[in-house]
Amino acid sequence: MAHYRSIRDLDWPLLVITLLICAMGVLQIYSATRGTKYDDAWWKQALWVLAGLLIMWIVAQIDYHTLLGQAYVLYFLSVASLVLVLFIGTTRFGGRRWIGYGSFHFQLSEFVKTVIILLVARYMTELKTDRVEGRDLLKLGGLVAVPMLLVVKQPDLGTALTYLPILAVGILLAGLRWQYLVVLGVILPLAVFVGWRYGLKDYQKTRLVTFLDPGQDPQGSGYQVIQSRIAVGAGRLWGRGVTKGTQTQYGFLPVPHTDFIFSAFAEEHGFVGVVVMLGLYFLLLMQIVQNAQMAPDRSGMYLCMGVCALLLFHILVNIGMVVGSMPVTGIPLPLMSYGGSNILSFFLMLGLVNSVRLWRFVS
Amino acid sequence: MSFPLPEHRAEHLPSKPLLRDDTKFASAKIAFFQYLAVGIFLFLIAGFWTLQVRDPEIYTEAADRNRIKFVPLLAPRGKILDRDGRVIVDNRSSYSLMLAREHLRPEHVRPIALGLGLDADQLEARVKRFQSRPKYENIFIKNELTRGEVSFVEAHRDLDTFPELELIRAQRRLYPQNGLAAHVIGYVGEISESELNLPEFIKYDQGAVIGKAGLEREYNDQLMGVDGQIQVVVDNHGTVRNSLGIKEAVPGKNLQLTLDLDLQVVAELGMEDKTGAVVALDPRNGEVLAMVSTPAYDPNKFAGRIRSADWNELRNNPDNPLLHRAIQAQLAPGSTFKPFVALAGLESGAIDETFKVHCAGGASFYGRYFKCHVKAGHGSVDLHKGITQSCDVFFYNVAIRAGIDNIAKYAEMAGFGHKTGIDLPNEMQGVVPSSEWKMRNFRQKWWAGETVSVGIGQGPVTVTPIQLAYAIGGLAMGGVWYQPHLVKDPAKAGKPRLGQIDPANAQKIVYGMYGVVNEYGTGTRARLPGISVCGKTGSAQRVSNDAVKAGLVPKMKDNAWFVAFAPCEAPEIVVSVLWEGGEHGPNAAPIARDVLKAYFDKKARQTREGFVAEVKRSEPRFGLLPPPAAAPPPDQSPAAEADPD
Repeated sequence: MAHYRSIRDLDWPLLVITLLICAMGVLQIYSATRGTKYDDAWWKQALWVLAGLLIMWIVAQIDYHTLLGQAYVLYFLSVASLVLVLFIGTTRFGGRRWIGYGSFHFQLSEFVKTVIILLVARYMTELKTDRVEGRDLLKLGGLVAVPMLLVVKQPDLGTALTYLPILAVGILLAGLRWQYLVVLGVILPLAVFVGWRYGLKDYQKTRLVTFLDPGQDPQGSGYQVIQSRIAVGAGRLWGRGVTKGTQTQYGFLPVPHTDFIFSAFAEEHGFVGVVVMLGLYFLLLMQIVQNAQMAPDRSGMYLCMGVCALLLFHILVNIGMVVGSMPVTGIPLPLMSYGGSNILSFFLMLGLVNSVRLWRFVS
Repeated sequence: MSFPLPEHRAEHLPSKPLLRDDTKFASAKIAFFQYLAVGIFLFLIAGFWTLQVRDPEIYTEAADRNRIKFVPLLAPRGKILDRDGRVIVDNRSSYSLMLAREHLRPEHVRPIALGLGLDADQLEARVKRFQSRPKYENIFIKNELTRGEVSFVEAHRDLDTFPELELIRAQRRLYPQNGLAAHVIGYVGEISESELNLPEFIKYDQGAVIGKAGLEREYNDQLMGVDGQIQVVVDNHGTVRNSLGIKEAVPGKNLQLTLDLDLQVVAELGMEDKTGAVVALDPRNGEVLAMVSTPAYDPNKFAGRIRSADWNELRNNPDNPLLHRAIQAQLAPGSTFKPFVALAGLESGAIDETFKVHCAGGASFYGRYFKCHVKAGHGSVDLHKGITQSCDVFFYNVAIRAGIDNIAKYAEMAGFGHKTGIDLPNEMQGVVPSSEWKMRNFRQKWWAGETVSVGIGQGPVTVTPIQLAYAIGGLAMGGVWYQPHLVKDPAKAGKPRLGQIDPANAQKIVYGMYGVVNEYGTGTRARLPGISVCGKTGSAQRVSNDAVKAGLVPKMKDNAWFVAFAPCEAPEIVVSVLWEGGEHGPNAAPIARDVLKAYFDKKARQTREGFVAEVKRSEPRFGLLPPPAAAPPPDQSPAAEADPD
C-alpha cells in the first residue's frame, strides 16, 4: 500500500532538527565520558540513533489508524508486560524496570508512553460529545492510572509522571467543563497529600525535599543539583569548550551523559549554546504542532499533540532540574541523553508524527 | 475542502465521521499550547540567564573550589652539621595528614579518628576549637603516618567518602640515637596553641613544626625554610589530574656548629651513667667544642607530637633529663672557685706571692671553726701550694683579706653571676654574692663570716658548667674572655671582653693550676704525657654540714667538679666537668683528661696529615709562657692522692 507514500513527503525539517539534536547529544556524550568506563557510549548512542531512524521510517509507513485500532490491545499487552516486569524484570540502578536478554535491556515503561498516546488519541476521537464529561475523566483517568501505578511500583516515579501530560493535553484539546477544573483543583492537592503520606518512598520524599532546599543534603540529590548549577554557571556566556568543562571532565557532575547531559552541555557550550539548543527543541516542538494542525483528522491531531506534550514535559522537567528549578526525577532529556530505550521510544513517536503527516498525501 | 474518507478504512474507525476540517475545532487550544511552550522555554532560558550571564562568578569560583586544591609543600629544615661538616641532625621523609576544613563534615570526624587510631573526642574538640578560624586553615591531625595509615587515607580520600583527608609529604627530623648532644640540639615539635601567641613564633601558623628547645629553637628562623605550595587540579576522587602552578619550598639553611663530634662522643662516653655536664671551649675564640648534659633524652620522641606518656616520664624523672645542666645547673663551684678568690686577693693587693699561711687542718674565724679538707693540715702554704693542694685554710684567709666585694668584683669580671650569652635559650646566670647582693635580696647586711665559705666556693655562690669553662678559659688567656657560641660563624667570636687585671697575676694562678695536674696536686689524674695540662678540682657540698647534723636533710654525696685547660702556655681548649654526686673533684678529672686527649690526638693526627685548621684565634695576653719548672714525678706526692682536694 506504500505506492502513494514517498520518502519525499517525510517531514524533512523535523528530521533535520531531530538529527541535529541527536548529533549534539552524541558529541556531548563523547565529551562527558572521555576516559571513563562509559567511553564507548557515544558510538553506541550513534548506533541507537541509526536504529531509531529505521524504526521511524517503518512506523511512518504504517497507517496510524491501524495502530489506533489496536490501541486497546496494545494497552492490555503493556499492562500485562508491566506486571511481568515487576516479577521477572532486571533490577538496575535501583529499580526493577528493565526487561531483556543478555546485554540488551529495554525500559518497558518508555515504550508504554507511545501506547498511552495511542490510547488517549483513540479515546478522545471516539468521544460523542464536544467536551469531556465526568465519566470520561474517570474512565480514561483510570486507564492511565493502572500503568502509572505499576511504574511507580518499579519504582520509577519520574517516568510514571510523564504519562500525565499526555492525558492532560488530550483533555485540554477535547474540551473540559470549567467546573471540572475546580474539582481537579480540590482533588489534586488532596491526592498530592495522600500520595506524600502513603505513596512515596523515602528517597522520593528526599528528592522532593532537596528540590525545595538543595543546601540541606549536599551529598545526595541536593549535591547533584548544586554540582549541576555550578557546572551551568561556570559555562558562562560562551562555554568552556568541548572536553574543557572541569565539572564534567573531573567527575563532579553526576551522570553527565544521561540525566545531567544538558548540564554538561551548558558548561561546555555556555549560554549561547543553551539558547541554540533550546531553540532547536522549540523548533522541534513547533514542527510537531504544525503536523498536528495539518493533521487529516482528529485522531492524528491527538497523536501529534500527545507526542508534543510528552516532549515538552520531558524538556521542562529535565532541563529545569539542571538549573535547579525542578526536582531531581531522573527522567532523560529526549534525543540527547544516552540510552537506547530513550532514543528508540522517541523515534517511534516521531514515526507516528510522520505517519500522520504522510496520511495527508494519501488521496 | 472536505471530502469523504476512503471506504476501506471505515471499519477501523469510530462511528463518528471524521472530517479533515474537524481538526480546526482545537486550533485555539493548540495556540494555547504553543504559548505554554513559549512560556516554558522562556522560563528555562531565564534559569540559564541567571546562572550563566547574570552572576556566573559565583559558580566559576565554586567550580574552581571543586577542582583546585592547594597542597602545601613543606620546606625541609636545615641540617645541623658539626665543625667538620659531619651531619648531626638529618631529615627523612614521612607523611602527615591534614583535614581540609573546606570539605570537612562534622560527622566524618569520628570515623576518621577510628580509622587512624586517634582519640575521637580529642579530635572533635580540636575541630570545634577551629570553628572560628578561616576555612582555609587546615588541621594537622597526624604526623609520621605508618604504611597502613597512608593506605587508609589513599583508600578513603575520594569525594564520596572523606574528601577532607589531605596527605602531605613532610621532612621529619632525624636526631642522633642515644641522645647524643640532645640538649644542645633540642628538638622540634608542632607549634602549640600558646606558642602561637609568642612574639618569637608570631609569623608561623598552626600546624607549623618549630624548634622547641636548644639550637632548634635558637636558630629556628634560619633552620626553618619557607613552605611552598602546589596548585593542583583534582577530580571527584581527589586524584590529582594535573598541576597548575607551583611555588617551590625554600629549604631551611644548614647550621654548622663549632661542636666537634669526636670530642662530643668522648665527653658523652665519659658521662655515661653519671649525672652532670661537660663543656669544652676554645678559649681563643669562644667556640664550644663539646657540650654534654646527662641524663639525656631521645629527641626523636619529640619529632612531631610527643606521646603524653613519654612526656610525663621525662617530666617526673627525678634526675630531670630535660634540664640542660651545662647551662642551667646552678651549683656551688667548690674549690674550682679558688682561682678567682686568688685573683681577687692578688688584684686587690690583699695578698702577694710571698703571702703565707700555716694550715693545721682548720682554723677559727669570727668565733667559728672551719675545717680544711686535709685533717693533718698542709703546714706552711703559699699561693702556689694553696692552689695545687687546694688548701682551704689558705683561701679562708685570702677571702677574709680580700673581702666579699672584691671577690664578687673579680668573679663577675670572670663571667660568674651573668649569662655567658651562649646561643642557647634559657641559660641560667648563677649567683655571685656580695654585700650589695645580700642587701638587695635579703635586706640584710653581709656577715663577714659568710665570706669564709665563699673563699672555698661554698655558701651562696653558684655557677653553671659553661660559666666555669668560660671563666677559667678567659683567666688562662690572661684576662681575655670570648663569648661562648655553638654556631660556626666568624662574626660570632666577635671582640673579646678584656678584664681589668694584670696578666702577670693570671700567670701566677695558671702556674698553680699547672701544679694541680703536674706536681703533687689534686688533679694528677688529668695528666697527659707531652701536654702541659692545667686544672683545678672541686668537691662541692650540696647540703650544709649543719643541716645534715640537725637531721633536716639526708647526707648527699658531694658534687665533683674539674676544670682543665691545655696547653698551659697557650691554651687551646678548656674543659669543665660536673659530676653530680661524684664525691671528689679528682674523680671528675679523668673525664676532662679524655676530652683533652681526644683533642690533642686529633690535632696531632691532622698535623701529620697536613690538615690545616682555619681557626680564628688569638694568643694569650702574657705571650708564650716558659715551660714551668720541671715537675716532680706524680708518685712523689702521695698525700695529694690519698685525700685529694
